[in-house]
Amino acid sequence: MSLLDIVLFLPLIGFLAILILPKESSRMTALILSLGIFVLSLGLLSPYMGDASPTGWQFVSNVSWITSPAIRYHVGLDGLTLWLVLLSTMLTPIAVLISWNYIDHRVKEYFAFLLLLEFGVLGVFVALDMFLFYVFWELSLVPMYFLIGIWGHDRRIYAAVKFFLFTMAGSVLMLAAMIYLYNAAGTFDYVAIQNMVQTGALKFDGQVGMLLFLAFFIAFAIKVPLFPLHTWLQDAHVEAPTAGSVMLASVMLKMGTYGLVRFCLTLFPNAAREAAPVIGGLAIVGIIYGALCALVQPNMKKLVAYSSVSHLGFVVLGVFSFTQQGLDGAVYQMLNHGVSTGALFILVGYLYERRHSLEISAYGGVATPAPNLAIVFLITTFASIGLPVLNNFVGEYLVLQGAAKANFSWVVFAALGVILGACYMLWLYQRTFYGRASESLAHHMPDLTTREWAAIAPLLILMFWMGCYAQTFLPAISAQNTAILNQMNQNRVEQAATPALPAGAEVRNAR
Amino acid sequence: MLANFIPSAAEYARFMPELILIVVGTLIMFLEAFLEGERKPILSILAGLGLVAGIFAALTAPQGMAFQGMLAVDGFATFFRVLVMAAGLLVLLSSSEYLQREGHDTGEFYALVLFSIVGQCIMASANELIMIFIGLEISSIASYILAGYLRDDARNNESALKYFLLGSFATAFLLYGVAWIYGATGSTNLATIHNALLSGANSSTPLISVAAGLIFVGLAFKISAAPFQGWAPDVYQGAPAPVSGFLTVGPKAAAFAVLIRIFVDAFSSISDRWLPVVWGCALATMLVGNLAALLQSNIKRMLAYSSIAHAGYVLVAVCANSGTGSAAAMFYLAGYAFTNIGAFAVVSHFARKGEKYVAIEDFAGLSQRQPGMAAMLTIFLLSLIGVPLTAGFFGKFYIFKAALDSHLVWLTVLGLLNSAIAAYYYLRILVVMYMKEPGESTETLTAPGPMLTLAIYGSAVMTLVLGILPGWVLDYAVKAAQ
Repeated sequence: MSLLDIVLFLPLIGFLAILILPKESSRMTALILSLGIFVLSLGLLSPYMGDASPTGWQFVSNVSWITSPAIRYHVGLDGLTLWLVLLSTMLTPIAVLISWNYIDHRVKEYFAFLLLLEFGVLGVFVALDMFLFYVFWELSLVPMYFLIGIWGHDRRIYAAVKFFLFTMAGSVLMLAAMIYLYNAAGTFDYVAIQNMVQTGALKFDGQVGMLLFLAFFIAFAIKVPLFPLHTWLQDAHVEAPTAGSVMLASVMLKMGTYGLVRFCLTLFPNAAREAAPVIGGLAIVGIIYGALCALVQPNMKKLVAYSSVSHLGFVVLGVFSFTQQGLDGAVYQMLNHGVSTGALFILVGYLYERRHSLEISAYGGVATPAPNLAIVFLITTFASIGLPVLNNFVGEYLVLQGAAKANFSWVVFAALGVILGACYMLWLYQRTFYGRASESLAHHMPDLTTREWAAIAPLLILMFWMGCYAQTFLPAISAQNTAILNQMNQNRVEQAATPALPAGAEVRNAR
Repeated sequence: MLANFIPSAAEYARFMPELILIVVGTLIMFLEAFLEGERKPILSILAGLGLVAGIFAALTAPQGMAFQGMLAVDGFATFFRVLVMAAGLLVLLSSSEYLQREGHDTGEFYALVLFSIVGQCIMASANELIMIFIGLEISSIASYILAGYLRDDARNNESALKYFLLGSFATAFLLYGVAWIYGATGSTNLATIHNALLSGANSSTPLISVAAGLIFVGLAFKISAAPFQGWAPDVYQGAPAPVSGFLTVGPKAAAFAVLIRIFVDAFSSISDRWLPVVWGCALATMLVGNLAALLQSNIKRMLAYSSIAHAGYVLVAVCANSGTGSAAAMFYLAGYAFTNIGAFAVVSHFARKGEKYVAIEDFAGLSQRQPGMAAMLTIFLLSLIGVPLTAGFFGKFYIFKAALDSHLVWLTVLGLLNSAIAAYYYLRILVVMYMKEPGESTETLTAPGPMLTLAIYGSAVMTLVLGILPGWVLDYAVKAAQ
């Protein structure tokens, strides 16, 4: 049993523990367990501490689960998933902290679901058997469905059902594609199938390849969400409790982008290349459309939700540029978005806890009674719009550079999104924090408490750290992305070489 | 030559489960007359012991033919016999409290359940069309009475009458088909029919198609496949809740066993003729069941439509027309049995006297009044949706895998999309249970009795076990389906 197995299954044990223990201790149990899991998960860094980052699978466990059809419990970690796993384990204790007072009814179930959610998302990131991946993918839906549906705002039921159905509709097609892959390859094992694809033993050419690619792609695109499949996101975000929004934006959306990189690129490289112009176009539409929608939102959470659509457009654009910089930037941007948008949702949640409104017009002049909150919000705003020294700058820059290599006209439009991003965020900041505080607002706007500081401080530190010294994070990601791109290109060489031979033979015959 | 007609001890051993159930059932009817009111529970315990003994006998029965090739006791038969008896056991556990509440805790109920199961066991092991007919009749007649068991209740009467009229109509179709087959092949034995069709002597004539069509119509009624599903919602809604749980599982599983034996085995050489029909039927059944279930406000009626939809999924497995397909159908029916009996058990607990609370809205806030019951119903509903780690998910996965093995790409895609539609109406129940405030309907809810609790928790455990460790049942099913 490797460290990864322990980190993966502890949340499940925590889920059961919270259900069994009395409800007075739920908060504490959840906090201690999730912190413990985070500390343990830091141990996963050990193979990546050396000078050269390993590209292979680390902490692999591979045991049989179901004999026929052959389904295995196969998990492992690589440079791509390492940081996503750490992001998830780090955000869970933060989610517990920010829910401390906010959740006042059905406390036990709430914290139990939070840990079940952690179990689901960790499983998605580390599963190397496609069946196992699908199990976790669907499993993560259930706790989020309840988190939104029980503890959300007024239209929570509509949002929860919409969230569930959208994801479900996309993922059943992915299941069909997975079964098709199994019938072709005789295994659900991602590593084995990927090897077959790379060596040319398994070929999905033409229409079949494109259909399989699309089955996976649509499932992931709904989760990302890519324009025009994004409509569930605003509802889910606006209605979810703060911690639900944080986990949704920071971790669950990454399940989609992670899936794009892991499955769509390496299993169907040719179809991915063929579809790239359209997908890149949709990503750019998403970037600009998301930003424009964010600009006109009267509701803070909705604004942040639309900004997510815009930011994740960058990630998709980077992924489908098929360049080292683009891919590095995309993965880095996944983490950045997790940190900065997570922080934004937390801060919006702080404001909501004080004033019980998400309408921007209900605020104004918050900086006067709550200067610390204002500063923290400002830093997060700057991070979100990609100011140098802060994290998003690095990711966006790399994505734009990669995209420029692939298709320069993409960059022109995508850069527009960056400018619009500054507009809506700064305008939000101005309307919320500047100006004169009304009497009632000033009285109900205490500054940050110690607990609130504890929840937001790690994210602030990360914003600077990831912005100033990306070297901590990028080598592992880069090494893995190089490997992924090699897998893609090797396949292209093979594909190109195979048809060339018969063609040459034909010419010879003709002579 | 007379010696040939005297069954051997091994043949009796193969028929032992049915014998045990018949003896126990008759004994219950007999004892009923001599027992005072308070001692009636003995009868339900006796019935339960009979079923346990029956399961044991079925598991230990030597494999082979019995009674001149009338019965074929193979892995397939054993699987279905154990399945219907286990389902019967859960139904017994979940119904005694219900019957006491309704003032109808009489011995006939248990005897009828046992007789119905006898019929289903015979169907599962029958290797002969006449035996299939006899088994079907034994099972059906007992089921008709069970559906109308609370004879003072108007809905029960409606349910029983509809079930009886349409059911006998369907059986007539089946019997007519049997006659045609006999006319075409000169036999009612499935193995002989298989060989006759294989040799091709008569297999090209329209006669065979008509015969197969008639038999299919008869069985399609029993499994509530579209377009012969019309009776199911009324019957399942009207019958007592535990009985509805039984009717959606036992008779259906047995009818599917017969369908697989006749069509996938005996009619394999004319599969190009029946496959398109089953294909269309499977799709129509899924669509009708799921779309109609979207609109229901009564939970029993919703579960009835959902049961139609699930029959459609199993038909997809039949359509696969392969060993994998049959194994998938077997596994799915097993998973569905525990899931649905569990769901109906929770419904019967919640409905209270006179089945007063069966609207979906009545379940509002159940999670706050009885979190245990709500959690169990959640497990059953997630299994019906097909969420991983439940029996329903693995069953669906295996069915669609079998379908893709047989290159039924479109049916797979449409079936999977259907299961996404279905998620909506199951989620509605989760919504009211967890996200609505408790109303007056949950105020008078008392704790379930020990037997009912055992039935519900037992079903939930089985639903999870089949979802997390499907291997042991699946391996058996795969071996049996060869």
